[in-house]
Amino acid sequence: MIKDFVKGLWRENPVFVQVLGMCPTLAVTTKCVFGLSMGLATTFVIVSSVVVISTIRKLVPEQVRIPMFTVIIATFVTAADYFLKANFFEISKALGPYIPLIVVNCVILGRAEAFASKHGVARSFLDAFGMGIGFTCALVVLGAVREVLGAGTVFGYPVMWEGFTNWIVMVMPAGAFITLGLLVGVFNIVDKRVKSK
Amino acid sequence: MVGLILIFIAASITNNFVLTYFLGICPFIGVSNKVESAIGLGVATTFVMTMAATVTWLIYHYILVPFNLVFLQYVTFIIVIASFVQFVEMFIRKVSPPLYKALGIFLPLITTNCAILGLTLFMILRNYSFLESVIFGLGAGVGFTIALVVMAGIREELVFSDVPEPLKGAGITLIIAGMLALAFMGFGGIISG
Repeated sequence: MIKDFVKGLWRENPVFVQVLGMCPTLAVTTKCVFGLSMGLATTFVIVSSVVVISTIRKLVPEQVRIPMFTVIIATFVTAADYFLKANFFEISKALGPYIPLIVVNCVILGRAEAFASKHGVARSFLDAFGMGIGFTCALVVLGAVREVLGAGTVFGYPVMWEGFTNWIVMVMPAGAFITLGLLVGVFNIVDKRVKSK
Repeated sequence: MVGLILIFIAASITNNFVLTYFLGICPFIGVSNKVESAIGLGVATTFVMTMAATVTWLIYHYILVPFNLVFLQYVTFIIVIASFVQFVEMFIRKVSPPLYKALGIFLPLITTNCAILGLTLFMILRNYSFLESVIFGLGAGVGFTIALVVMAGIREELVFSDVPEPLKGAGITLIIAGMLALAFMGFGGIISG
């Protein structure tokens, strides 16, 4: 049971290992805060939809399961979107269309199809929660690197020395791609070291 | 007329969907190994994008808004896109078996392509008129195809190069995408100038 939860954090991390859910990962991580909000919103959607899906998995005919899953996911995304709009308007505005785009985040449909449609509610919940947290961590790390180098701050607090020149490229799309590419490389090196021990 | 041309150029080149908005990254990284399959997927996606923009615009402005159902927007759009892809698949299989053979495997993939849903959301967000939306869909599709084909061309050459072990696969692909994004920024002057 614990394994179901832990594997999403490292061994099967959705971003660094499976390279899924790239659109939100790259698009919103110009700042830590955005990465964190996107990660939490996605965690909420993945956990709630997976619980529903694993509950009704025996009632859904095989042929219509994908549209069914998508509709369930879209419903929870709508809820998350309205919640953010009502309580965190600034963040919701900054994330723009990327909140509704959680609907097509392949991490969620992937977990629904690969895990929740075959396992019980408790295990599916742990699996989805692990994936959600793993996804959130990856987004925060990526956001931190880009925010430190691109704006000299972490969660809005200045951390770099005076006279530090911001690397504008880091907050632009090109910086997102290159940072994530290098982070995947670093992840692989660390992973290899851990495994060889 | 000038407005329409600007929308087309912006969607296809200066604000390329893949390299600026990060939409459609999954097929961009997954499928772009061969130029031929990249072209196939690009053409199929362009077609679906143009049609999806047309259909969702009509549904949004003639059904959702008049009946005050805007909160159903996401659910509706995703159903429209999914069923549309299904429809296109059946249509192509009936009308042109050779084309179906060429595109077959890519068609189901298109449903989960975030570029399509992203396109419809941007279209609503920017309040495009009907004609503008159709052109926007077409431009976005062409831009997606350009990015995919360029990437596939580079990756075909990559086989012969000596990539550091940890960066093999996803790592180097993302870094190349970053460089492409930098290169595409050079087109930025077309519109403002």
